[in-house]
Amino acid sequence: MRPRSSWGQALVLVGPALILLGTVYLYPLARLLVLSLTGGADGAVGFGAYRRFLESSVYLGVLLRTFRISLVVTIVCLVMAYPVSYVLSRVGSLTFRVIMVFVLLPLWTSILVRTYAWMVLLQANGVLNNLLRRLHVIDEPLRLMYNEAGVVIGMAQVLLPFAILPVFASLRNIDPRLHAAAQVMGAGPWRRFRAVTLPLSLPGVAAAGLLVFVQALGFFIIPALLGGSRVITLAMVIETQVVDLLDWSLASSMAMVLLVVTVVLVVGFDRLLGLDKVWV
Amino acid sequence: MSRSLVTLVGVSKTYGRTVAVNNVSLEVGEGEFVTLLGPSGSGKTTTLMLIAGFERPTGGEILVRGESVVARPPEKRDIGMVFQSYALFPHMTVFENVAFPLRTRRVAGPEVAKRVDEVLTAVRMSGLGARYPRQLSGGQQQRIALARALVYRPSLLLMDEPLGALDKKLREEMQSEIKSLQRELGITTLYVTHDQQEALALSDRIAIMNGGDVIQTGSPLALYERPATGFVAGFLGDVNLLEGVMAEAARGLLRVQIVDGPEVLTLGEQPLAPGKRVRLTIRPERLEIGSTELAVPNAWRGRVREVVFHGELVRYGVEVESRVVLRVTRPFRGPDTLFARGEEIWLTSRPEDWRLFA
Repeated sequence: MRPRSSWGQALVLVGPALILLGTVYLYPLARLLVLSLTGGADGAVGFGAYRRFLESSVYLGVLLRTFRISLVVTIVCLVMAYPVSYVLSRVGSLTFRVIMVFVLLPLWTSILVRTYAWMVLLQANGVLNNLLRRLHVIDEPLRLMYNEAGVVIGMAQVLLPFAILPVFASLRNIDPRLHAAAQVMGAGPWRRFRAVTLPLSLPGVAAAGLLVFVQALGFFIIPALLGGSRVITLAMVIETQVVDLLDWSLASSMAMVLLVVTVVLVVGFDRLLGLDKVWV
Repeated sequence: MSRSLVTLVGVSKTYGRTVAVNNVSLEVGEGEFVTLLGPSGSGKTTTLMLIAGFERPTGGEILVRGESVVARPPEKRDIGMVFQSYALFPHMTVFENVAFPLRTRRVAGPEVAKRVDEVLTAVRMSGLGARYPRQLSGGQQQRIALARALVYRPSLLLMDEPLGALDKKLREEMQSEIKSLQRELGITTLYVTHDQQEALALSDRIAIMNGGDVIQTGSPLALYERPATGFVAGFLGDVNLLEGVMAEAARGLLRVQIVDGPEVLTLGEQPLAPGKRVRLTIRPERLEIGSTELAVPNAWRGRVREVVFHGELVRYGVEVESRVVLRVTRPFRGPDTLFARGEEIWLTSRPEDWRLFA
């Protein structure tokens, strides 16, 4: 039985976080909502800013590209994360720690540093292209940046830990006796994986997908540096609206659309699988 | 016992310096129900895992129908297993769970449906095929686990404390069901438990394990009546354990002086030298309490020190000469047959009910 705490106790414990979130997050968010609904061309209240955003084929294209890149990044991350998580759930504690350090290390490195490092690696005269040319694998340098491929590579690397951790958690939570039972009933390694491991880890995969996709939607630095002027994402357009064009209400409407999409995804996930799957 | 299905020859399993299973030899005959009984850490589950193939023995041989299976993985041993936690697949329905071993054996679809249906009927769970395990009670999950282990008719059924998670009443119900199913299907069964009542009720033979060794093997009756060691006597049922000194041995009758207590007349084959220290046991239900003196051997004057009423039986603590207290169990035959605390009584026992351990 979980001990029940009174409302007073709960408030004391949650209060500081609540105050912080309320002042630095919820309040600005509310202001953003107001901005997106006012300050149109004529300053009237209405959906003018949203109309300007969603009726422009250029901006819609940017929105679509943002979704497409996020989706590709999510798929790349899941495909790379699954084998790593699988190994993590099966190795001894020393190997586990070594792999875990490599998984978490990037999280402790500045995203700017990592992005510049990718530029050094991926550019036409970069490390990777020089190596491949030296080995006579290619004659012409591969275009690895200033396109969507470069953006996907950079984002996938940053977001990979967020895919590995939930998948690993769901794999580790599978009762090993289920494998033993399947084995004794005649199931070989492949069938055990197909019938037991994979289906029972799918909630973790879905949680990982959600975490990666939602974060990918708002990425700014990596598309800006690795995508250059060719790969514009919604976050970059918002920045331009705010900094260069000073169209705060259009920027706010774009931010609001991203927020609504995120909330819909998170709530949908919670209804379907339960949000606790993200952490357990 | 019919011909042997599983034979363990000097099987050992060590983890570093820890000896989990020590030189165990055991035979399980075709159709037999054998139980490994012992306290936790006695090596009984490890022995089961060695037979299932989840662990590899560090010494000895495991033979099935005379053929070594040590190098064979679990999936190639044709074994059915019921786990204490049931290990039902949570993402599959009851039907899919039970069909799983048939599907891995590539049994055709209509045949799968027929056999799942049959086995669910056998465990009295027909009609629940569409449920998920989490929608079932513990007892129902246990039945499904049993059905899943039986549906492919494995040559050997292993059960690892299968009733451990159930309450007492359900456990007794399941015991008789497991026993009748086993007899009906004639399936060779190796059962692991630490519950001596369960072992006595279910088994054709019991192997008592302690500290990685098999101490004694035999039918429930043989083990109960002729325990080889004091450990077996104490683990299987309840005993009074006393220290004694050999006084005299003549024509199969032994006189033993209980330390600080009365003298006991017992039967004994082993000729022990007078003066040798021995341990004596007698089961509480073999001691008789009476209010009058009887002209029989081992009639001792005593005083009732404790009375505990259990319903169908009554447990007494009886103090005899020099503060030796013996536990006595009597069936309850009505309030007028009860002895009261503090009452002076006569305690009698037959010589053949005493056991001597050197």
